[in-house]
Amino acid sequence: MFKITDKKTLSAGVHLFRIEAPEIVKKHKAGQFIILRLHEKGERIPISVADVDKKNGELLLLIQEVGKTSEEMGTLKAGDSLLDVVGPLGHPTELPTNETTVCIGGGIGMAPIHCIAKTLHKTGNKVISIVGARSKELLTFQDELTDISDQLIVTTDDGSFGQKGFVTDALSRLIEGGEKIDEVFAIGPLPMMRAVCNLTKGYNIKTTVSLNPIMVDGTGMCGACRATVDGKTVFACIDGPEFDGHKVNFDELGKRQRMYINEERISRDKYQAEHKHTCDTCGCEGKK
Amino acid sequence: MKPKDRMKIPRQKMPEQDPKVRSGNFEEVPFGYSDEQAIAEATRCLQCKKSPCRNGCPVSINIPGFLKEISENNFDEAVRALKEDNSLPAVCGRVCPQETQCEELCVVGKKGEPVAIGRLERFCADYERSRGEAPLPPIAAKTGKKIAIVGSGPAGLACAGDLVKLGHDVTIFEALHKTGGVLVYGIPEFRLPKDIVQAEVDYIARMGVKIVTNYVVGMIKTVDELLEEFDALFVGTGAGAPKFLGIPGENLNGVYSANEYLTRSNLMKAYLFPEYDTPVVRGKNVAVLGGGNVAMDSARTALRLGAENSYIVYRRAKEQMPARAEEIHHAEEEGVQLRLLMSPLEAIGNDDGWVTGLRCQKMELGEPDDSGRRRPVAIEGEEEIIAVDTVIVAIGNKPNPLIPKTTENLEVSKWGTINADEATGITSKEGVFAGGDIVTGAATVILAMGAGKGAAAAMHRYLMGIPEPTEEETLDQA
Repeated sequence: MFKITDKKTLSAGVHLFRIEAPEIVKKHKAGQFIILRLHEKGERIPISVADVDKKNGELLLLIQEVGKTSEEMGTLKAGDSLLDVVGPLGHPTELPTNETTVCIGGGIGMAPIHCIAKTLHKTGNKVISIVGARSKELLTFQDELTDISDQLIVTTDDGSFGQKGFVTDALSRLIEGGEKIDEVFAIGPLPMMRAVCNLTKGYNIKTTVSLNPIMVDGTGMCGACRATVDGKTVFACIDGPEFDGHKVNFDELGKRQRMYINEERISRDKYQAEHKHTCDTCGCEGKK
Repeated sequence: MKPKDRMKIPRQKMPEQDPKVRSGNFEEVPFGYSDEQAIAEATRCLQCKKSPCRNGCPVSINIPGFLKEISENNFDEAVRALKEDNSLPAVCGRVCPQETQCEELCVVGKKGEPVAIGRLERFCADYERSRGEAPLPPIAAKTGKKIAIVGSGPAGLACAGDLVKLGHDVTIFEALHKTGGVLVYGIPEFRLPKDIVQAEVDYIARMGVKIVTNYVVGMIKTVDELLEEFDALFVGTGAGAPKFLGIPGENLNGVYSANEYLTRSNLMKAYLFPEYDTPVVRGKNVAVLGGGNVAMDSARTALRLGAENSYIVYRRAKEQMPARAEEIHHAEEEGVQLRLLMSPLEAIGNDDGWVTGLRCQKMELGEPDDSGRRRPVAIEGEEEIIAVDTVIVAIGNKPNPLIPKTTENLEVSKWGTINADEATGITSKEGVFAGGDIVTGAATVILAMGAGKGAAAAMHRYLMGIPEPTEEETLDQA
């Protein structure tokens, strides 16, 4: 059992958990992920690590409610436990030295990208962070990003904070403004990572993306997380999760992510029918 | 009773679920022998002095010994005799290929059908389980030696069971959330009920073995780091990496490795979705590629998940299938259709990325190859597209590379298996032993168990400073 020591609801359906997992924390490096399972009947879901608190032996996980499992996790409180957490999994980020890097985080991708940005900063790279969300209340890790970034650009789709528009707009302006960029790291929803790659490809800027396909075991045993990179099949869990974004077949990946779209709906509908929504855990303040 | 009379007793049939009924449920197929049937079957054993059956058993079970006890209605004694050599009899009685091991060498089988040793092994184990908690064997005084076992499959469990009996402090590290390895993720419920595996694991835990799940050795700690805390280590991580054919369309939706398909169904209980959260595609027309036991398990699982057509697509002929005859028989009885001499060329998909068909090359048998099997040869211009919505690739597994990759000075072969002595599991690295599929490549449960036991004996000698047995002593033991 892995105890939840703290839970902060940042906005409706978006929660930052602290999980006691001292052995995993000791080994975790930026770019790696964990797999968790809530209970005996639960599914195994991969989650990028937002940060680690080495002093307290805690993992920080940012969870957005998008399906049955994340919704159910959203009802858990400090003091509750997760049945299983396994990690660290996947390769750590390959760190450049003395480079100008741009770290782009979209939506909850802001959490793991901040973890990578922090490491890049520590290893002596120039870090320009671009993070974006639909609106202001979905922005996370702002203080930390401010501390570790040489420059922080925030975008919101609705213009409620920072620059109005997408992260790619900000990146485009940065490149056009003459910033010499050695490498871009991007984590976020698939369309965002794809848009970033399409943009940087034109300028021939190395771009690393962190893939988030469906997984089961996360140790190379099942192949659920197959993706095509540079025309070859890879397993995101053990070969990645980070790959050269210019070589990723995003089209296939997008289709594979939708493989269980019907089952996901069935599972969620069943859960919602059985569990009346209570605003006290989700933080929606009656908006749901 | 005279041998002649014993020979007259017919081999006892084991009652089983009707194929039409069982293809719609996940309950175990055979029901097991009644007491009377078990006694009658055990009485067929001639109690040969030489007992060739024992030579066919990778763990040399005292077969005439436990059969004699059954025939005399001493079931408790039978269990004791059986468990002296085999700590997982309920599993082996179900999944061992007895027809090519003990039963193949049975003297009774020379003139008629061999004694049903496997079914009697199963009978003993089930009898014991029905009596409640099995009594623990004597456990030697603590040696103070700490041993780490990596992987909780058949090799690891057998190794741990033997070492804890010898008084060592044993900890099993398992990557998944559940113990049992292939016994829980790979073999379906209808062939090996999971509560049986759990009972075996519980037994080993009651003997004092510590079990740590969710622990991926190589990631959270390397073998080298574990060796700082443990006096010796056994690697039994299996052949867990799925092979794909490398044909176009293999990454379409609806195409699975057998590992994934079976793991979803068995370990994650997707057959109970949505009560359980993990889904699996319930295809109507399912093609399983391959001819081994895992292919049979997949095709039979597909039927139970509601497939109208479940095909085995295999590029050679039926006689050349590596699966056990009994598994092929069970599969066909349930309605699995064999599409033989068909070699998959391409998985065809629609615009949404879902598989809709499997294009195959028709084959015929040509001249025998090096292995003596007649080689399948393409019939020029003869192709067929099978309409499918699910494809399961069951063409075998490779060793999991994680431990070899993250361990210093551990020699591996060009196939990625760990180089280890077959009898003792000794590797190129001091204090590290290995056995099971990670050494041999994909093989059987009982061979992995045998390797685990062999390594346990060698680890004991290594830790206690006992010299290796001479060749003569080894022969005596056999």
